[in-house]
Amino acid sequence: MDVQVLTFLIVGASFLLYIGIAIWARAGSTTDFYVAGGGVPPVMNGMATAADWMSAASFISMAGLISFMGYDGAVYLLGWTGGYVLLALCLAPYLRKFGKFTVPDFIGDRYYSQTARTVAVFCAIFVCFTYVAGQMRGVGVVFSRFLEVDIVMGVVIGMAIVFFYTVLGGMKGITYTQVAQYCVLIFAYLVPAVFISMMLTGHILPQTGFGATLADGSGVYLLDKLDGLSTELGFNEYTDGSKSMIDVFCITFALMVGTAGLPHVIVRFFTVPKVADARKSAGWALLFIAILYTTAPALSAFARVNMIETINGPEMTGTAYSEAPSWIKNWEETKLIKFNDKNNDGKMFYSAGSYDDPASANEMLIDRDIMVLANPEIADLPAWVIALVAAGGVAAALSTSAGLLLVISTSVSHDLLKRTFAPNISDKGELRAARIAAGVAILIAGYFGVNPPGFVGQVVAFAFGLAASSFFPAIIMGIFSKRMNDKGAISGMVAGIAFTAAYIVYFKFISPELNTPDNWFLGISPEGIGSIGMCVNFIVAFVVFKMTKEAPKEIQDLVESIRFPKGAGEASAH
Amino acid sequence: MGFKNENDQKAYWKENLSILFKLLVVWFVVSFGAGILFVEQLNQIQFFGFKLGFWFAQQGAIYVFVALIFIYMKLMNSLDKKYGVDEE
Repeated sequence: MDVQVLTFLIVGASFLLYIGIAIWARAGSTTDFYVAGGGVPPVMNGMATAADWMSAASFISMAGLISFMGYDGAVYLLGWTGGYVLLALCLAPYLRKFGKFTVPDFIGDRYYSQTARTVAVFCAIFVCFTYVAGQMRGVGVVFSRFLEVDIVMGVVIGMAIVFFYTVLGGMKGITYTQVAQYCVLIFAYLVPAVFISMMLTGHILPQTGFGATLADGSGVYLLDKLDGLSTELGFNEYTDGSKSMIDVFCITFALMVGTAGLPHVIVRFFTVPKVADARKSAGWALLFIAILYTTAPALSAFARVNMIETINGPEMTGTAYSEAPSWIKNWEETKLIKFNDKNNDGKMFYSAGSYDDPASANEMLIDRDIMVLANPEIADLPAWVIALVAAGGVAAALSTSAGLLLVISTSVSHDLLKRTFAPNISDKGELRAARIAAGVAILIAGYFGVNPPGFVGQVVAFAFGLAASSFFPAIIMGIFSKRMNDKGAISGMVAGIAFTAAYIVYFKFISPELNTPDNWFLGISPEGIGSIGMCVNFIVAFVVFKMTKEAPKEIQDLVESIRFPKGAGEASAH
Repeated sequence: MGFKNENDQKAYWKENLSILFKLLVVWFVVSFGAGILFVEQLNQIQFFGFKLGFWFAQQGAIYVFVALIFIYMKLMNSLDKKYGVDEE
């Protein structure tokens, strides 16, 4: 059977599975819709959280990025996993005991302020839309490459599926669908990785194959070979980065703190029955995430070796274009690979240097995003593996979109309507509002998927910077400082966001030509500035707090009561 | 109120913070320490086919992270029991 038919079959079967689960797990009340009735077992919640967190970016783009960045790719690996430690140790158990549905709920109640709640709602909605646009795009790319349907058609199919199970099932439907999606995506990620590891190094585990000798009998370590190839072709050594240490430090920190502050991840810990379960579920989530995140850098290294050897040939003199493998021609059609025979020798050659510079020896332009999707083809794996990777990419994109859409709809129906504008709304009315909001959010997300704003890449830095400089400090102070007051927290959030946003907007949108290390504050790139924004938030909050009255007695008692597990009921609206 | 008296409550919170602090020190040392700040020094050491600093940055720290959360869970559950504030 050819790849396209197989892809249709495998992706189609996965869709049927998701829809079946959605029908089985319909939501009957707002508690079902927002937090799955608070009754999800920790292991399942861990899996769902992992699927929620690992987006199309983790699945499709990350290994490709690392493949081109080498050591520097550690910022993503450390940042996106290390943030879970902060989340599990400093936030999840306390927020679970607090027992409300959303992050704006916590901020609004803890700081006894509608202003704080409203600021938090808008931050949450902004962060989620930023993300969701990219996910829909990911679905579109997978569909257009593997099923050869139009990108628009791909996005519409994706929207329809997400619409169906989000609107019908709410958090309950999403959670159980995400469990299935995790299984699909991790299987799809591991199968090609194991195959390639076996072929290159003879190790079944990519994690050990990464540090093993090559299976070609030369006795050379894979990474030594890669370092050698990289320097020969004019790149930095693979195991040595090109970013400055302070920038690597700050980007990693901003991503960690940003992860811990992302509303769609935090909300997952409201869905388990007990505080002890919230602790356990964070552990499972990170374990499930780590399976993919420790495979990714191995896959990056394998892909890099394979790619260089395929294009440049075993002698490193280039392979004749007429004999190029089919994957190069396939991806050329999507314009994600380009070849320009600068020296007219009929051979392809890849090296450091700009593709657009006629004097450079580099004749290939390879988009980083294709590495994971093209990997099975590069390694010449059977067609069903390619189809499986397509299904995995779609599962990753759908699971994350659903989680984000739910936060958007909850923010609108619960935080804005119920808590701010229409406090008398009935449970049924609120549920209807939540469903309508989810529907509208999907349409908007779909629009951005079809017409992606050119700045999707840039706004991702924004989303993390924003979460790092606003939510994270406000929640941490809300738990660990009993006396922190409304004025301190609000001015901290505003100062943190304003500083971070101004820095990112300046370098990314107003003067992108100045976006070089020489002009950066302390050599910190816009991607890493959230860590400084976080410090600004803490300092401003502390100074303002010192000058104003401490939080009232009943708030201090509330903080006391979230610091130990006993008496945690199901999450409820109170 | 879940505690027998206010002293218990203070002691519980103090022990909680001390567990938190110790685990976060490990968290910092394996990621920012071994993977970033001292990566060049550690890269002088060979660990199978890896340079050690590189291994911490792309593999090792992640394994430690997972272990940290499960250790935290164990320590906190027994702390809750000790002070009688666990959930039935």
